[in-house]
Amino acid sequence: MGVFTQAWTWLTTGANWSGDDGAWHRLGEHVYVSALALVVSCLVALPLALWLGHIGKGGALAVNISNVGRAIPVFAVLALFMVTPLRNAGYLPTVIALVLFAVPPLLTNAYVGMREVDRAAVEAARGMGMSGRQLFLRVELPLAYPLIMTGLRSAAVQIIATATIAAMAGLGGLGRIVTEGFAVYNTPQVVAGAMLVAALALLVEGVLVAVDRLFSPLRKRS
Amino acid sequence: MAQNCLAANDWICWEYVSSRSQELTDATVQHVWITAVSVLIGLLIAFPLALLARGRKGVAATVLGFTTVLYTVPSLAMFALLLPVFGLSAGLVITGLVLYSLTILVRNILAGLESVPSDALEAARGMGYGRIRLLFEVELPLALPALMAGLRIATVATVALTTIGSLVDHGGLGNLIEQGLPTFFKAQILTASVLCVALAIAADLLLLGVQWLLTPWTRIRTAKAV
Repeated sequence: MGVFTQAWTWLTTGANWSGDDGAWHRLGEHVYVSALALVVSCLVALPLALWLGHIGKGGALAVNISNVGRAIPVFAVLALFMVTPLRNAGYLPTVIALVLFAVPPLLTNAYVGMREVDRAAVEAARGMGMSGRQLFLRVELPLAYPLIMTGLRSAAVQIIATATIAAMAGLGGLGRIVTEGFAVYNTPQVVAGAMLVAALALLVEGVLVAVDRLFSPLRKRS
Repeated sequence: MAQNCLAANDWICWEYVSSRSQELTDATVQHVWITAVSVLIGLLIAFPLALLARGRKGVAATVLGFTTVLYTVPSLAMFALLLPVFGLSAGLVITGLVLYSLTILVRNILAGLESVPSDALEAARGMGYGRIRLLFEVELPLALPALMAGLRIATVATVALTTIGSLVDHGGLGNLIEQGLPTFFKAQILTASVLCVALAIAADLLLLGVQWLLTPWTRIRTAKAV
Protein backbone atom coordinates (compact mmCIF):
# COMPACT_ATOMS: atom_id res chain seq x y z
CA MET A 1 0.00 0.00 0.00
CA GLY A 2 3.05 2.26 0.33
CA VAL A 3 2.80 3.33 -3.30
CA PHE A 4 -0.77 4.51 -2.87
CA THR A 5 0.21 6.61 0.15
CA GLN A 6 3.03 8.13 -1.91
CA ALA A 7 0.59 8.72 -4.78
CA TRP A 8 -1.66 10.58 -2.35
CA THR A 9 1.33 12.67 -1.25
CA TRP A 10 1.99 13.45 -4.93
CA LEU A 11 -1.63 14.54 -5.36
CA THR A 12 -1.58 16.78 -2.30
CA THR A 13 1.71 18.48 -3.24
CA GLY A 14 0.84 21.90 -4.64
CA ALA A 15 3.93 22.04 -6.90
CA ASN A 16 2.67 19.07 -8.93
CA TRP A 17 -0.45 21.00 -9.88
CA SER A 18 1.12 24.20 -11.22
CA GLY A 19 2.98 25.03 -14.42
CA ASP A 20 2.72 23.75 -17.98
CA ASP A 21 3.34 20.13 -16.90
CA GLY A 22 1.13 20.52 -13.83
CA ALA A 23 -2.03 18.58 -13.17
CA TRP A 24 -4.33 21.63 -13.55
CA HIS A 25 -3.02 22.35 -17.04
CA ARG A 26 -3.26 18.65 -18.02
CA LEU A 27 -6.79 18.43 -16.61
CA GLY A 28 -7.75 21.56 -18.53
CA GLU A 29 -6.36 20.12 -21.78
CA HIS A 30 -8.17 16.85 -21.16
CA VAL A 31 -11.54 18.46 -20.44
CA TYR A 32 -11.16 20.96 -23.30
CA VAL A 33 -10.41 18.40 -26.05
CA SER A 34 -12.98 15.94 -24.64
CA ALA A 35 -15.81 18.48 -24.52
CA LEU A 36 -14.97 19.79 -27.98
CA ALA A 37 -14.85 16.25 -29.39
CA LEU A 38 -18.15 15.25 -27.72
CA VAL A 39 -19.95 18.26 -29.21
CA VAL A 40 -18.52 17.61 -32.70
CA SER A 41 -19.35 13.87 -32.48
CA CYS A 42 -22.94 14.62 -31.46
CA LEU A 43 -23.31 17.11 -34.32
CA VAL A 44 -22.03 14.47 -36.77
CA ALA A 45 -23.69 11.33 -35.44
CA LEU A 46 -27.06 12.29 -33.94
CA PRO A 47 -28.77 14.02 -36.89
CA LEU A 48 -27.69 11.18 -39.20
CA ALA A 49 -28.75 8.39 -36.81
CA LEU A 50 -32.09 10.00 -35.93
CA TRP A 51 -32.89 10.60 -39.58
CA LEU A 52 -31.91 7.04 -40.59
CA GLY A 53 -33.97 5.71 -37.67
CA HIS A 54 -36.96 7.85 -38.63
CA ILE A 55 -37.01 6.63 -42.24
CA GLY A 56 -35.90 3.12 -41.19
CA LYS A 57 -32.97 2.72 -43.57
CA GLY A 58 -29.26 1.97 -43.27
CA GLY A 59 -29.72 -0.32 -40.29
CA ALA A 60 -26.93 -2.81 -40.96
CA LEU A 61 -24.38 -0.01 -41.30
CA ALA A 62 -25.55 1.87 -38.20
CA VAL A 63 -25.55 -1.26 -36.04
CA ASN A 64 -22.26 -2.77 -37.20
CA ILE A 65 -20.23 0.41 -37.17
CA SER A 66 -19.82 0.32 -33.39
CA ASN A 67 -18.28 -3.17 -33.54
CA VAL A 68 -15.90 -2.00 -36.25
CA GLY A 69 -14.95 0.89 -33.98
CA ARG A 70 -13.92 -1.55 -31.24
CA ALA A 71 -11.60 -3.43 -33.61
CA ILE A 72 -9.47 -0.37 -34.43
CA PRO A 73 -6.65 0.21 -31.95
CA VAL A 74 -6.80 3.80 -30.69
CA PHE A 75 -3.06 3.87 -30.08
CA ALA A 76 -2.28 2.84 -33.67
CA VAL A 77 -4.50 5.59 -35.10
CA LEU A 78 -2.91 8.25 -32.89
CA ALA A 79 0.58 6.97 -33.76
CA LEU A 80 -0.23 7.13 -37.48
CA PHE A 81 -1.44 10.73 -37.04
CA MET A 82 1.83 11.57 -35.32
CA VAL A 83 3.96 10.54 -38.31
CA THR A 84 1.96 12.73 -40.70
CA PRO A 85 2.08 16.55 -40.89
CA LEU A 86 -0.95 16.49 -38.53
CA ARG A 87 1.49 16.29 -35.60
CA ASN A 88 2.14 20.03 -35.89
CA ALA A 89 -1.56 20.91 -35.69
CA GLY A 90 -1.83 21.25 -31.89
CA TYR A 91 -4.93 19.60 -30.46
CA LEU A 92 -6.32 18.71 -33.90
CA PRO A 93 -5.00 15.10 -34.18
CA THR A 94 -6.36 14.29 -30.71
CA VAL A 95 -9.76 15.79 -31.48
CA ILE A 96 -10.00 13.91 -34.81
CA ALA A 97 -9.16 10.60 -33.10
CA LEU A 98 -11.66 11.25 -30.30
CA VAL A 99 -14.45 12.04 -32.77
CA LEU A 100 -13.56 8.95 -34.81
CA PHE A 101 -14.05 6.69 -31.77
CA ALA A 102 -17.06 8.50 -30.27
CA VAL A 103 -19.24 8.53 -33.39
CA PRO A 104 -19.87 4.73 -33.60
CA PRO A 105 -21.53 4.24 -30.15
CA LEU A 106 -23.58 7.43 -30.65
CA LEU A 107 -24.73 6.34 -34.08
CA THR A 108 -25.60 2.76 -33.09
CA ASN A 109 -27.49 3.59 -29.92
CA ALA A 110 -29.49 6.47 -31.41
CA TYR A 111 -30.44 4.36 -34.42
CA VAL A 112 -31.39 1.29 -32.37
CA GLY A 113 -33.33 3.54 -29.98
CA MET A 114 -35.35 4.99 -32.87
CA ARG A 115 -36.06 1.57 -34.35
CA GLU A 116 -37.06 -0.01 -31.07
CA VAL A 117 -39.82 2.50 -30.49
CA ASP A 118 -43.02 0.49 -30.08
CA ARG A 119 -44.48 0.13 -33.59
CA ALA A 120 -48.00 0.24 -32.12
CA ALA A 121 -47.28 3.71 -30.70
CA VAL A 122 -46.01 4.86 -34.10
CA GLU A 123 -49.08 3.46 -35.88
CA ALA A 124 -51.39 5.05 -33.34
CA ALA A 125 -49.69 8.41 -33.80
CA ARG A 126 -50.02 8.10 -37.58
CA GLY A 127 -53.69 7.13 -37.15
CA MET A 128 -54.21 10.28 -35.08
CA GLY A 129 -53.02 12.23 -38.11
CA MET A 130 -49.60 13.27 -36.84
CA SER A 131 -47.22 14.53 -39.51
CA GLY A 132 -43.74 13.02 -39.88
CA ARG A 133 -42.31 15.94 -37.93
CA GLN A 134 -44.81 15.62 -35.07
CA LEU A 135 -44.32 11.86 -34.97
CA PHE A 136 -40.57 12.38 -34.70
CA LEU A 137 -40.67 15.09 -32.03
CA ARG A 138 -43.54 13.84 -29.86
CA VAL A 139 -43.37 10.05 -30.13
CA GLU A 140 -40.11 8.67 -31.51
CA LEU A 141 -37.63 11.06 -29.87
CA PRO A 142 -39.05 10.79 -26.30
CA LEU A 143 -39.27 7.01 -26.54
CA ALA A 144 -35.75 6.68 -28.02
CA TYR A 145 -34.31 9.02 -25.35
CA PRO A 146 -33.00 6.33 -22.93
CA LEU A 147 -30.90 4.61 -25.59
CA ILE A 148 -29.67 7.91 -27.03
CA MET A 149 -28.42 8.82 -23.55
CA THR A 150 -26.77 5.40 -23.19
CA GLY A 151 -24.93 6.11 -26.43
CA LEU A 152 -23.92 9.55 -25.17
CA ARG A 153 -22.51 7.99 -22.00
CA SER A 154 -20.46 5.36 -23.84
CA ALA A 155 -19.22 8.05 -26.23
CA ALA A 156 -18.15 10.26 -23.32
CA VAL A 157 -16.34 7.35 -21.63
CA GLN A 158 -14.68 6.41 -24.91
CA ILE A 159 -13.57 10.00 -25.46
CA ILE A 160 -11.97 10.31 -22.02
CA ALA A 161 -10.17 6.97 -22.51
CA THR A 162 -8.93 7.98 -25.96
CA ALA A 163 -7.76 11.39 -24.71
CA THR A 164 -5.67 9.50 -22.13
CA ILE A 165 -4.01 7.33 -24.77
CA ALA A 166 -3.10 10.51 -26.69
CA ALA A 167 -0.31 10.89 -24.12
CA MET A 168 1.31 7.66 -25.34
CA ALA A 169 1.68 9.30 -28.74
CA GLY A 170 3.25 12.36 -27.15
CA LEU A 171 0.13 14.55 -27.07
CA GLY A 172 -1.31 16.40 -24.05
CA GLY A 173 -3.96 15.52 -21.49
CA LEU A 174 -3.97 13.78 -18.11
CA GLY A 175 -2.31 10.66 -19.56
CA ARG A 176 0.90 12.69 -19.75
CA ILE A 177 1.25 12.52 -15.95
CA VAL A 178 1.23 8.72 -16.28
CA THR A 179 3.62 8.46 -19.23
CA GLU A 180 6.02 11.04 -17.76
CA GLY A 181 5.98 9.07 -14.51
CA PHE A 182 6.89 5.93 -16.45
CA ALA A 183 9.74 7.72 -18.22
CA VAL A 184 11.44 8.59 -14.91
CA TYR A 185 10.46 5.38 -13.05
CA ASN A 186 8.32 7.40 -10.64
CA THR A 187 5.63 4.88 -9.72
CA PRO A 188 3.78 7.17 -7.24
CA GLN A 189 3.34 9.72 -10.04
CA VAL A 190 2.10 6.99 -12.43
CA VAL A 191 -0.48 5.86 -9.88
CA ALA A 192 -1.48 9.44 -9.02
CA GLY A 193 -2.05 10.23 -12.71
CA ALA A 194 -4.06 7.04 -13.16
CA MET A 195 -6.20 7.93 -10.14
CA LEU A 196 -6.93 11.35 -11.64
CA VAL A 197 -7.92 9.83 -15.00
CA ALA A 198 -10.11 7.16 -13.40
CA ALA A 199 -11.76 9.74 -11.14
CA LEU A 200 -12.50 12.00 -14.12
CA ALA A 201 -14.01 9.13 -16.14
CA LEU A 202 -16.18 7.95 -13.24
CA LEU A 203 -17.23 11.53 -12.41
CA VAL A 204 -18.33 12.22 -15.99
CA GLU A 205 -20.23 8.91 -16.11
CA GLY A 206 -21.93 9.75 -12.80
CA VAL A 207 -22.88 13.27 -13.91
CA LEU A 208 -24.35 11.92 -17.16
CA VAL A 209 -26.39 9.29 -15.26
CA ALA A 210 -27.77 12.08 -13.05
CA VAL A 211 -28.53 14.30 -16.06
CA ASP A 212 -30.25 11.34 -17.72
CA ARG A 213 -32.51 10.76 -14.70
CA LEU A 214 -33.28 14.47 -14.33
CA PHE A 215 -34.30 15.14 -17.91
CA SER A 216 -35.84 11.82 -18.93
CA PRO A 217 -39.16 12.52 -20.68
CA LEU A 218 -40.61 9.29 -19.23
CA ARG A 219 -39.58 10.12 -15.67
CA LYS A 220 -43.07 11.03 -14.45
CA ARG A 221 -44.65 7.81 -15.66
CA SER A 222 -42.10 5.51 -14.04
CA MET B 1 16.92 0.21 -54.85
CA ALA B 2 15.45 -2.12 -52.27
CA GLN B 3 17.30 -0.36 -49.42
CA ASN B 4 15.95 3.02 -50.48
CA CYS B 5 12.50 2.70 -48.99
CA LEU B 6 14.01 2.35 -45.49
CA ALA B 7 16.24 5.37 -46.04
CA ALA B 8 13.40 7.37 -47.60
CA ASN B 9 11.07 6.42 -44.68
CA ASP B 10 8.26 5.28 -46.99
CA TRP B 11 4.90 4.17 -45.62
CA ILE B 12 5.01 0.81 -47.37
CA CYS B 13 8.36 -0.91 -47.37
CA TRP B 14 8.89 -4.59 -48.19
CA GLU B 15 12.52 -4.29 -47.26
CA TYR B 16 11.34 -3.54 -43.70
CA VAL B 17 8.97 -6.52 -43.66
CA SER B 18 11.62 -8.96 -44.90
CA SER B 19 14.54 -7.68 -42.85
CA ARG B 20 12.54 -7.46 -39.59
CA SER B 21 10.37 -10.52 -40.13
CA GLN B 22 11.64 -12.13 -36.90
CA GLU B 23 10.76 -9.03 -34.88
CA LEU B 24 7.30 -8.85 -36.50
CA THR B 25 6.65 -12.55 -35.86
CA ASP B 26 7.69 -12.26 -32.20
CA ALA B 27 5.42 -9.25 -31.67
CA THR B 28 2.49 -10.97 -33.38
CA VAL B 29 2.97 -14.15 -31.32
CA GLN B 30 3.07 -12.11 -28.11
CA HIS B 31 -0.05 -10.22 -29.20
CA VAL B 32 -1.94 -13.44 -29.94
CA TRP B 33 -1.05 -15.22 -26.72
CA ILE B 34 -1.78 -12.25 -24.48
CA THR B 35 -5.16 -11.79 -26.18
CA ALA B 36 -6.02 -15.51 -26.11
CA VAL B 37 -5.05 -16.01 -22.44
CA SER B 38 -6.98 -12.87 -21.41
CA VAL B 39 -10.17 -13.84 -23.21
CA LEU B 40 -10.00 -17.44 -21.92
CA ILE B 41 -9.54 -16.33 -18.31
CA GLY B 42 -12.30 -13.75 -18.85
CA LEU B 43 -14.63 -16.49 -20.06
CA LEU B 44 -13.74 -18.75 -17.11
CA ILE B 45 -14.59 -15.95 -14.66
CA ALA B 46 -17.61 -14.56 -16.53
CA PHE B 47 -19.42 -17.89 -16.82
CA PRO B 48 -19.78 -18.63 -13.07
CA LEU B 49 -20.57 -14.93 -12.47
CA ALA B 50 -23.41 -15.10 -15.00
CA LEU B 51 -24.71 -18.34 -13.43
CA LEU B 52 -24.61 -16.71 -10.01
CA ALA B 53 -26.44 -13.62 -11.24
CA ARG B 54 -29.09 -15.53 -13.17
CA GLY B 55 -32.52 -15.33 -11.61
CA ARG B 56 -31.24 -13.15 -8.76
CA LYS B 57 -32.04 -9.53 -9.53
CA GLY B 58 -29.92 -8.07 -6.74
CA VAL B 59 -26.81 -10.09 -7.62
CA ALA B 60 -27.26 -9.35 -11.33
CA ALA B 61 -27.49 -5.59 -10.70
CA THR B 62 -24.37 -5.69 -8.50
CA VAL B 63 -22.30 -7.77 -10.93
CA LEU B 64 -23.34 -5.76 -14.00
CA GLY B 65 -22.87 -2.47 -12.15
CA PHE B 66 -19.40 -3.43 -10.97
CA THR B 67 -18.18 -4.64 -14.37
CA THR B 68 -19.58 -1.49 -16.01
CA VAL B 69 -17.63 0.69 -13.56
CA LEU B 70 -14.48 -1.29 -14.44
CA TYR B 71 -15.13 -0.64 -18.14
CA THR B 72 -15.37 3.10 -17.47
CA VAL B 73 -11.76 3.27 -16.22
CA PRO B 74 -9.56 4.23 -19.21
CA SER B 75 -7.11 1.47 -20.20
CA LEU B 76 -3.99 3.55 -19.61
CA ALA B 77 -5.17 4.29 -16.06
CA MET B 78 -6.13 0.66 -15.47
CA PHE B 79 -2.67 -0.61 -16.44
CA ALA B 80 -0.99 2.15 -14.42
CA LEU B 81 -3.07 1.35 -11.32
CA LEU B 82 -2.12 -2.34 -11.56
CA LEU B 83 1.59 -1.44 -11.79
CA PRO B 84 2.32 -1.47 -8.02
CA VAL B 85 0.75 -4.94 -7.76
CA PHE B 86 2.27 -6.68 -10.80
CA GLY B 87 5.31 -4.65 -11.82
CA LEU B 88 6.34 -4.63 -15.50
CA SER B 89 4.94 -8.02 -16.49
CA ALA B 90 2.57 -9.74 -18.89
CA GLY B 91 0.38 -10.52 -15.85
CA LEU B 92 -0.40 -6.81 -15.52
CA VAL B 93 -1.63 -6.52 -19.11
CA ILE B 94 -3.58 -9.79 -18.90
CA THR B 95 -5.29 -8.78 -15.64
CA GLY B 96 -6.36 -5.46 -17.15
CA LEU B 97 -7.67 -7.10 -20.31
CA VAL B 98 -9.57 -9.76 -18.30
CA LEU B 99 -11.29 -7.02 -16.26
CA TYR B 100 -12.38 -5.27 -19.48
CA SER B 101 -13.63 -8.45 -21.16
CA LEU B 102 -15.84 -9.26 -18.15
CA THR B 103 -18.22 -6.39 -18.92
CA ILE B 104 -19.11 -7.70 -22.36
CA LEU B 105 -18.95 -11.43 -21.52
CA VAL B 106 -21.10 -11.41 -18.36
CA ARG B 107 -23.75 -9.28 -20.04
CA ASN B 108 -23.97 -11.53 -23.10
CA ILE B 109 -23.88 -14.87 -21.25
CA LEU B 110 -26.62 -13.62 -18.94
CA ALA B 111 -28.73 -12.46 -21.89
CA GLY B 112 -28.17 -15.84 -23.58
CA LEU B 113 -29.19 -17.87 -20.54
CA GLU B 114 -32.28 -15.72 -20.01
CA SER B 115 -33.33 -16.10 -23.64
CA VAL B 116 -33.70 -19.90 -23.31
CA PRO B 117 -37.41 -20.63 -23.92
CA SER B 118 -39.21 -21.83 -20.78
CA ASP B 119 -40.92 -24.62 -22.80
CA ALA B 120 -37.53 -26.16 -23.52
CA LEU B 121 -36.64 -25.99 -19.82
CA GLU B 122 -39.94 -27.55 -18.73
CA ALA B 123 -39.71 -30.29 -21.34
CA ALA B 124 -36.18 -31.17 -20.19
CA ARG B 125 -37.21 -31.12 -16.51
CA GLY B 126 -40.20 -33.33 -17.35
CA MET B 127 -37.81 -35.79 -18.99
CA GLY B 128 -35.96 -35.99 -15.68
CA TYR B 129 -32.91 -33.83 -16.48
CA GLY B 130 -30.89 -32.82 -13.41
CA ARG B 131 -29.58 -29.28 -12.96
CA ILE B 132 -26.09 -29.97 -14.32
CA ARG B 133 -27.34 -31.91 -17.33
CA LEU B 134 -29.99 -29.24 -17.97
CA LEU B 135 -27.29 -26.57 -17.96
CA PHE B 136 -24.85 -28.32 -20.28
CA GLU B 137 -27.25 -30.12 -22.62
CA VAL B 138 -30.13 -27.66 -22.95
CA GLU B 139 -29.38 -24.17 -21.65
CA LEU B 140 -25.78 -23.77 -22.80
CA PRO B 141 -26.39 -24.88 -26.42
CA LEU B 142 -29.43 -22.60 -26.67
CA ALA B 143 -27.50 -19.68 -25.13
CA LEU B 144 -24.56 -20.28 -27.48
CA PRO B 145 -25.42 -17.69 -30.18
CA ALA B 146 -25.61 -14.85 -27.61
CA LEU B 147 -22.50 -16.16 -25.82
CA MET B 148 -20.52 -16.35 -29.07
CA ALA B 149 -21.66 -12.86 -30.07
CA GLY B 150 -20.26 -11.58 -26.78
CA LEU B 151 -17.07 -13.59 -27.17
CA ARG B 152 -16.49 -12.13 -30.64
CA ILE B 153 -16.94 -8.53 -29.46
CA ALA B 154 -14.73 -9.14 -26.41
CA THR B 155 -11.98 -10.78 -28.48
CA VAL B 156 -11.92 -8.05 -31.11
CA ALA B 157 -11.84 -5.34 -28.43
CA THR B 158 -9.06 -7.20 -26.57
CA VAL B 159 -6.90 -7.43 -29.71
CA ALA B 160 -7.14 -3.65 -30.05
CA LEU B 161 -6.56 -2.97 -26.33
CA THR B 162 -3.48 -5.21 -26.11
CA THR B 163 -1.52 -2.45 -27.92
CA ILE B 164 -1.81 -0.27 -24.79
CA GLY B 165 0.27 -2.93 -23.02
CA SER B 166 3.29 -1.36 -24.75
CA LEU B 167 3.23 1.02 -21.79
CA VAL B 168 4.87 -1.82 -19.82
CA ASP B 169 6.61 -3.43 -22.83
CA HIS B 170 4.07 -6.24 -23.15
CA GLY B 171 1.86 -4.87 -25.90
CA GLY B 172 2.63 -7.24 -28.77
CA LEU B 173 2.40 -5.20 -31.97
CA GLY B 174 1.85 -2.09 -29.83
CA ASN B 175 5.52 -2.34 -28.80
CA LEU B 176 6.58 -1.89 -32.44
CA ILE B 177 4.28 1.13 -32.80
CA GLU B 178 5.73 2.70 -29.65
CA GLN B 179 9.32 2.01 -30.73
CA GLY B 180 8.63 3.52 -34.15
CA LEU B 181 7.22 6.79 -32.77
CA PRO B 182 10.37 8.63 -31.59
CA THR B 183 12.05 8.20 -35.00
CA PHE B 184 8.87 8.67 -37.07
CA PHE B 185 9.45 5.21 -38.56
CA LYS B 186 6.44 5.15 -40.89
CA ALA B 187 6.86 1.62 -42.28
CA GLN B 188 7.08 0.07 -38.80
CA ILE B 189 4.06 1.95 -37.42
CA LEU B 190 1.88 1.25 -40.46
CA THR B 191 2.86 -2.42 -40.74
CA ALA B 192 2.19 -3.07 -37.04
CA SER B 193 -1.16 -1.23 -37.20
CA VAL B 194 -2.30 -3.14 -40.27
CA LEU B 195 -1.24 -6.46 -38.70
CA CYS B 196 -3.20 -5.56 -35.57
CA VAL B 197 -6.42 -4.87 -37.48
CA ALA B 198 -5.83 -8.03 -39.56
CA LEU B 199 -5.49 -10.02 -36.32
CA ALA B 200 -8.81 -8.67 -35.07
CA ILE B 201 -10.55 -9.60 -38.32
CA ALA B 202 -8.95 -13.07 -38.36
CA ALA B 203 -10.00 -13.72 -34.74
CA ASP B 204 -13.56 -12.61 -35.51
CA LEU B 205 -13.79 -14.91 -38.55
CA LEU B 206 -12.28 -17.81 -36.60
CA LEU B 207 -14.90 -17.46 -33.85
CA LEU B 208 -17.64 -17.15 -36.45
CA GLY B 209 -16.42 -20.48 -37.87
CA VAL B 210 -16.39 -22.07 -34.41
CA GLN B 211 -19.95 -20.90 -33.84
CA TRP B 212 -20.99 -22.35 -37.22
CA LEU B 213 -19.50 -25.71 -36.22
CA LEU B 214 -21.02 -25.67 -32.73
CA THR B 215 -24.59 -24.83 -33.76
CA PRO B 216 -25.56 -27.14 -36.62
CA TRP B 217 -29.26 -27.02 -35.65
CA THR B 218 -29.59 -23.32 -36.51
CA ARG B 219 -28.74 -24.12 -40.14
CA ILE B 220 -31.32 -26.93 -40.40
CA ARG B 221 -34.02 -24.62 -39.13
CA THR B 222 -33.23 -21.80 -41.56
CA ALA B 223 -32.92 -24.26 -44.45
CA LYS B 224 -36.44 -25.52 -43.78
CA ALA B 225 -37.82 -22.03 -43.40
CA VAL B 226 -36.54 -21.09 -46.85
